[in-house]
Amino acid sequence: MISARRVIADLKVTSRGFLRSREGVFFSLVFPVILMLIFGAIFSGGSSGPVTAYVQNNDLSGGVPTQASAAFVQALNSTNAMRLVPVPASDNFTLYLRSHSSSDGIVIPAGFQTQFEAGKPLNISVYGNPASQTSAIVSGVTSEIVNAFNLKRAGGSDVIGIQSLSVAITGTKYIDFLIPGLIGFSILTAPMFALVNISSQYKRDKLFKQLSLTPLTRGEWLLSKVIWYIMITIASFILMTAVGVYAFGANVVLSPYLLPFLVIGPFLFVSLGMLVGTASNSPESAAVVGNLVTFPMMFLSGTFFPISIMPTWLQTIAHVFPLFYVVEGLNNVMTYNNIGPAMIDLLVIFAIAIVIFGLAVRLFKWRED
Amino acid sequence: MPSVVVDSLRKSYGGLKAVDGISFEVQEGEVFSLLGPNGAGKTTTIEILEGLRDKEGGKVSVLGMDPWKDGYELHRKMGIIPQGFRFFDYATPREAIRYYASLFDVKVDADKILKQVILEEAASINYNKLSGGQRQKLGLALSLVNNPQLVFLDEPTTGLDPQARRAVWDVIRELKEGNRTVLLTTHYLEEAQMLADRVAIMNHGRIISSGTMDEILEREGSGERLEVKASESLANFLKTETRLKVEYRDGIVSVLLEKPHDALITLTEIEESGIEWRSLRTRSDTLEDIFVRMVGESTKEAGEVV
Repeated sequence: MISARRVIADLKVTSRGFLRSREGVFFSLVFPVILMLIFGAIFSGGSSGPVTAYVQNNDLSGGVPTQASAAFVQALNSTNAMRLVPVPASDNFTLYLRSHSSSDGIVIPAGFQTQFEAGKPLNISVYGNPASQTSAIVSGVTSEIVNAFNLKRAGGSDVIGIQSLSVAITGTKYIDFLIPGLIGFSILTAPMFALVNISSQYKRDKLFKQLSLTPLTRGEWLLSKVIWYIMITIASFILMTAVGVYAFGANVVLSPYLLPFLVIGPFLFVSLGMLVGTASNSPESAAVVGNLVTFPMMFLSGTFFPISIMPTWLQTIAHVFPLFYVVEGLNNVMTYNNIGPAMIDLLVIFAIAIVIFGLAVRLFKWRED
Repeated sequence: MPSVVVDSLRKSYGGLKAVDGISFEVQEGEVFSLLGPNGAGKTTTIEILEGLRDKEGGKVSVLGMDPWKDGYELHRKMGIIPQGFRFFDYATPREAIRYYASLFDVKVDADKILKQVILEEAASINYNKLSGGQRQKLGLALSLVNNPQLVFLDEPTTGLDPQARRAVWDVIRELKEGNRTVLLTTHYLEEAQMLADRVAIMNHGRIISSGTMDEILEREGSGERLEVKASESLANFLKTETRLKVEYRDGIVSVLLEKPHDALITLTEIEESGIEWRSLRTRSDTLEDIFVRMVGESTKEAGEVV
């Protein structure tokens, strides 16, 4: 029988303990905001801006670019996808690139106009780094222009055009993605570190033994922790959303469908933290196991960057982490307003939470024998 | 009806017999002490009585209930300070008392309890800043929250300095005034002597003697002794020249005076021996003498090196 009075009494003691210990407040509330400010600032300009590419036009006639090659360069420029930096024809292109710490470049060969008008095959050289996003853009744009020129020469005309649209509600920036990611981060770390610490310490200090001499039950003790961390999560959520929106102009969808995540998320990680804490022999070993569980999850669940940029095998691993579904679910609601898949994520989280909670309660012993 | 009944209690861990068939009773309104060195089995015993451990054999009954089965109910009726009492770092004594009051669903005047345990001046200090003595007093305070008639104190003054210890004793004596029944485990003789009405001396899982202080002294005590500060050669002399029981320890020759003129004989022989001696006194066996001897004997029996 769960007594609300006892849960509330324990909740009061828990909240005071948390608020009076500075680490608690810092870690759960201040630290995620600091992360948001740092990451938000780092990525606030970045990848959506034009890519720098170096261009060398070797097709000169009397020291001046030929009409065809100039037109090609002009076409590259007009896409506004790249910021073109001209390289003198006399320079060694590769050396020039290296000395400017870049790997992206386009070289128009000498004889471009002559070959082009005569219909003889010629090659535009595109320099790039296969792994780099910027290189993909450079080669993509160059191909597009090359095709356009080829088509023009063949006398054809464009039938199909491309109109660029954004999938997200109002256009996504990195910050829109970062907010759900950091909320997920907070939902993971605040309860995990606290509960691993408390559970293993209380076990060592025989505080659980002592509490077993009072009417307080294990379920009530756990429930009070869950309630507290739900409250912390909601506070953290409000704080981070406010910072994201007012400091970085983020666009988020605030929907009631967020609430289940803010409740079941903490429930899952309070249980997990307690499981690790009570299953370990000492606070030191508990901390090691807790960190082993928390840190990989923290980075590989789509919190700071989308998992799509990771290799496939790592993406598979990400799907094992409960946090992945929390972050994906939050993203589905806040960024894409895609409730259906969000609910599936919620179901997965709920199922995992029940299993972990069950295990935690079974292993959580207050008496010895 | 006795508050606590223990009958042939047994508990082993692996091959070790922590409690090896002990029996005793605690009457209502008395202070009963389990006294013994570390490892004697006191804490195992009291934790079985608290319902924290299960027994292997024998019977126990606390306030008429089985502690292992009815622990939940039993705990509402008794107060317990377990060994090594700890509390949450960031809770003050006043908050701790109110917390326990909510858990036990009782209304208490926290300040009144704090006064009872002489802890008012620390009422608003976080636990992690309390001294050892203050922490133990908090443990006592918490055990009184539900105003129990039966209180178990497991090593309540271990690790405290003498001053703090005396302060805690004062509080325990107050409990006695309130006609509460107290079961106390300790390895401090002085504590048992100061506080307990009856004592059971435990070692190696067995009770080697029990009763009131006077009863034990009479039963186990060997009576008056004459003590002389002298060398061992005097002890040997007396042993060969008289039929008196002579012991030698730490520079003191100790002669048991069984008959009235044994003292006279001893003094005459000391003079006759011509061996140097310094001071002289007579004294009775104290509980300490008895305790040390009995514990030493039972340890010898168990085959350990004394």
